[in-house]
Amino acid sequence: MSERLAVKKTYKLYIGGAFPRSESGRSYEITDSRGRFLANAAMASRKDARDAVVAARKAFGAWSAATAYNRGQILYRVAEVMEGRRSQFVDEVASGEGVSRSRAEKVVDEAIDRWVWYAGWSDKIAQVAGSSNPVAGPYFDFSVPEPTGVVAILAPQASSLLGLTSVLAPAVVSGNTAVVLAAEARPLPAITLAEALATSDVPGGVVNLLTGRTAEVAPWLASHMDVNAIDLTGVAGDEEQARTLETEAAENLKRVLRPAATEPDWTSEPGLDRLTYYLETKTVWHPVGV
Amino acid sequence: MAKLEYAPAPESRAIVDIASSYGLFIGGEFVGPVDGTPFKTVNPATEEVLAEVSAAGPADVDNAVAAARRAYDRVWSKLTGRDRGKYLFRIARILQERSRELAVLESIDNGKPIRESRDVDVPLVAAHFFYYAGWADKLAYAGFGPDPKPHGVAGQVIPWNFPLLMLAWKIAPALAAGNTVVLKPAETTPLTALLFAEICQQADLPPGVVNIVTGAGETGRALVEHPDVDKVAFTGSTEVGKQIARSIAGSAKKATLELGGKAANIVFDDAPIDQAVEGIVNGIFFNQGHVCCAGSRLLVQESVSDELMNRLKRRLTTLRVGDPLDKNTDIGAINSAEQLARIRELSEVGEAEGAQRWSPPCELPDRGYWFPPTLFTGVSQAHRIAREEIFGPVLSVLTFRTPAEAVEKANNTPYGLSAGVWTDKGSRILWMAQQLRAGVVWANTFNRFDPTSPFGGYKESGYGREGGRHGLGAYLR
Repeated sequence: MSERLAVKKTYKLYIGGAFPRSESGRSYEITDSRGRFLANAAMASRKDARDAVVAARKAFGAWSAATAYNRGQILYRVAEVMEGRRSQFVDEVASGEGVSRSRAEKVVDEAIDRWVWYAGWSDKIAQVAGSSNPVAGPYFDFSVPEPTGVVAILAPQASSLLGLTSVLAPAVVSGNTAVVLAAEARPLPAITLAEALATSDVPGGVVNLLTGRTAEVAPWLASHMDVNAIDLTGVAGDEEQARTLETEAAENLKRVLRPAATEPDWTSEPGLDRLTYYLETKTVWHPVGV
Repeated sequence: MAKLEYAPAPESRAIVDIASSYGLFIGGEFVGPVDGTPFKTVNPATEEVLAEVSAAGPADVDNAVAAARRAYDRVWSKLTGRDRGKYLFRIARILQERSRELAVLESIDNGKPIRESRDVDVPLVAAHFFYYAGWADKLAYAGFGPDPKPHGVAGQVIPWNFPLLMLAWKIAPALAAGNTVVLKPAETTPLTALLFAEICQQADLPPGVVNIVTGAGETGRALVEHPDVDKVAFTGSTEVGKQIARSIAGSAKKATLELGGKAANIVFDDAPIDQAVEGIVNGIFFNQGHVCCAGSRLLVQESVSDELMNRLKRRLTTLRVGDPLDKNTDIGAINSAEQLARIRELSEVGEAEGAQRWSPPCELPDRGYWFPPTLFTGVSQAHRIAREEIFGPVLSVLTFRTPAEAVEKANNTPYGLSAGVWTDKGSRILWMAQQLRAGVVWANTFNRFDPTSPFGGYKESGYGREGGRHGLGAYLR
């Protein structure tokens, strides 16, 4: 009896909770670290990027208004669903990043645990980043952190799952919605993550995931007037591109998270910088009196 | 209601001593410019030339940044937080001691009523230094990690609407966090910053910790783009804010930008109407409307619109426009001929686009820059006077029917600095506060400020916060 012929997966984009191909009809070849064919990924176009921003904006109202407890449970659910697909993630990380299976297992475990870590922040960050302000007058004055809005994320190029998780989770945990451009040469774990998100009660449009050429798609996101913030991690090491994108982003004063000179080590504890970067502080003055 | 005639009650100018010309304050001394050119600052209420001031050139800015760097490396970064705090306390005390002098000078150079400079601006300035003085030795407890560090040299550019208060918002947290600063006051209002320099001397602040370079946009650009500036803080127009964001792209500079606004002041049908009228007046006519967070769009619920407009118009007839140094004055002079031209232009556009213009009968002085308090009714969201920042005593009035419509209209702007809500219902206040995409929401009040209270915008009103613990964080890394 011959060996069973495997059913191979088609890797598509993830926009507004659906999995469309690129409207451009284009795809590009994804290979493993030794150059062997793995899959064809969709090559997102400007139109796909704009559709993703529209989906993210549409999802922002309900996601940012969801209770922190609810968002925390949903993010924890992402970890649960990832755990169930652990071996698939391990395969994809190992082949895409060219690391050993045991190393890939560590990376996947860390990525799952990172979702758990951020899930817990959902109903704590307001207590850490907010305040009540003792003003000199008869007012109750308080400051609360609120999500910035739609965040465009250029995911790190090397760390295709742990790095991606480390830049995505801090954006969405506080109520932002995201458009993510996956690692150009290693997008497969990102698509699999999108499948986990789609089955984790994350509302459609909260996370939108594009695969394709960073140099082609990133400028559309950087200059998009309905994007409120952009994370440039995916162009770490390319100073010229980072400067160009930051300049474009100034047109509507996007909050710009600049890339480090080289991609950071994602295994260390993240801290709060990324989480607080996509927060606005709102101060409310309310009179006190009888 | 007839306006009561008050006898003039001018505050004496004798308390201030304005020199005929001023140098730049660099390295603890007033020095002549190296490549700068002189310009004049005038009293906007009389067009009288007050003094000649130096517009710092690139070499002057370079010297100021070098002085700040030296002071940072050799002195300020080596001091304990306790000693930095004590310098700031000293400055706060001297500001209080010289408060009347500062208030009078501010009113002369800026045109704002003495009642505001004396009762609002200068007390808040001293309070700001007092507040941040106390943070200097408590940085490890501020929630920014166990050992937060200053950025180094801060380049700060401030506007002309609250010259001394904006200086305090910039310098106090910067110094408390351990940075040294080069500050550029606005072209039309340099005098109180130069008097502040003298206060730094009286406080024995180490030379170079605070440097003041006067000048216009070119000086500001040289400062912001200087390669040895680590942190940029700017308050001003959104247009310049975007230029700054572009100019520092790709650098390691951090920036705080506090920019324009087009705030909605929303009055519901259950609002205490007399209080609301006072709040509307304070929202748009405070400081001649030269306020980035001014309540320049009045959104009034349709059912109370007629009554509210009647009362508001009656109230406007009692506003006194005139001599900024008169203690009875409510509305002073427009800060500059240029700003007056912009206010006039946008008001004419408002009429041309079909809105109805109204001002109370109001005699304006012959000399100086003046604009009467002005209302526009019948304004639609598409009108330029509903979208663009006028930065003057001009209120655009729109109406709404439901809370959802009020939110929709209030948020329909690229800005997001502030908003006001007037209603008797507490749950509605908090619901509105949640829905409004603005950095400051005032409920049943407007234009309140406090050093402990974070202030700053959403969207194109800029980023970063000033005031409170959040404002301290902007000067730490």
